Amino acid sequence: MKTLQVLETAYRATVEEQDDTIVWLTHAMQGAGGEFGLLLTGNAVCYAVQGQRAPALKLGAWTQSHAADLGADVAALAAKGVPVHAIEEDLEERGLLDARLLEALTIVPRARLPQLFDEYPRIWKW
Amino acid sequence: MTIALTFALMDAPFENSRTVTMFRVIEAALEAGHDVNVFAYEGAVALPFAKQAPHANAVHGRDAATENHPLPRAWIESLLALAAARGRRLDWVNCGLCVDERGVAEAIAGVRRGTPADFWKMSLESRNTLTAGTR
Repeated sequence: MKTLQVLETAYRATVEEQDDTIVWLTHAMQGAGGEFGLLLTGNAVCYAVQGQRAPALKLGAWTQSHAADLGADVAALAAKGVPVHAIEEDLEERGLLDARLLEALTIVPRARLPQLFDEYPRIWKW
Repeated sequence: MTIALTFALMDAPFENSRTVTMFRVIEAALEAGHDVNVFAYEGAVALPFAKQAPHANAVHGRDAATENHPLPRAWIESLLALAAARGRRLDWVNCGLCVDERGVAEAIAGVRRGTPADFWKMSLESRNTLTAGTR
């Protein structure tokens, strides 16, 4: 059963988890046989920007080995066949329409969301 | 036919009223005769942590017994008992990796360890799934 993951909260716990928890959850459930789409809204549209990279955290003598790579994590979802969408107005508000975005990204005007939702029997908002 | 409902919780205990709201919805679902699945993800895996302890509250002027401080683990125990009394199933699954990260493996009885695959399977077997992500 197709499920649309609607992700709005962004960059929450990404240092500690070395990923986004909902993008990770989607990877895990896709691997378990699920069929998903991902809709990036609000600040989460930033995840569609390719080439972004947080520096590894360093606290005293402790240095993080692997910082989160959110653009790559979302691109990996797309490579697994997960359709990735982002709301056009949210990209525009943040000046990202001309940024280097995920090649497979579908940009959806807010007015077309009802048609997108119609494609998914289940919609989970995070 | 019994209808199953699945809930995904994410917020850590003592942080957000969404958790209380979800617990009330779960109670209502059980009272209405539904089986309930819960997938606790991230901070929510500490909700059934067995070592949660009540405390006195000097500001309130009450000792520990009188204060009777609410503990999420006690709420879950109560919901598990409610499910049993109604002949329904409350299947609470804690994300195992999230448990390990937080060191909260000591959960109350009736809580089991699982993975996102359990969440996916529970959702497939349910009439509907309600998610409450951390914001």
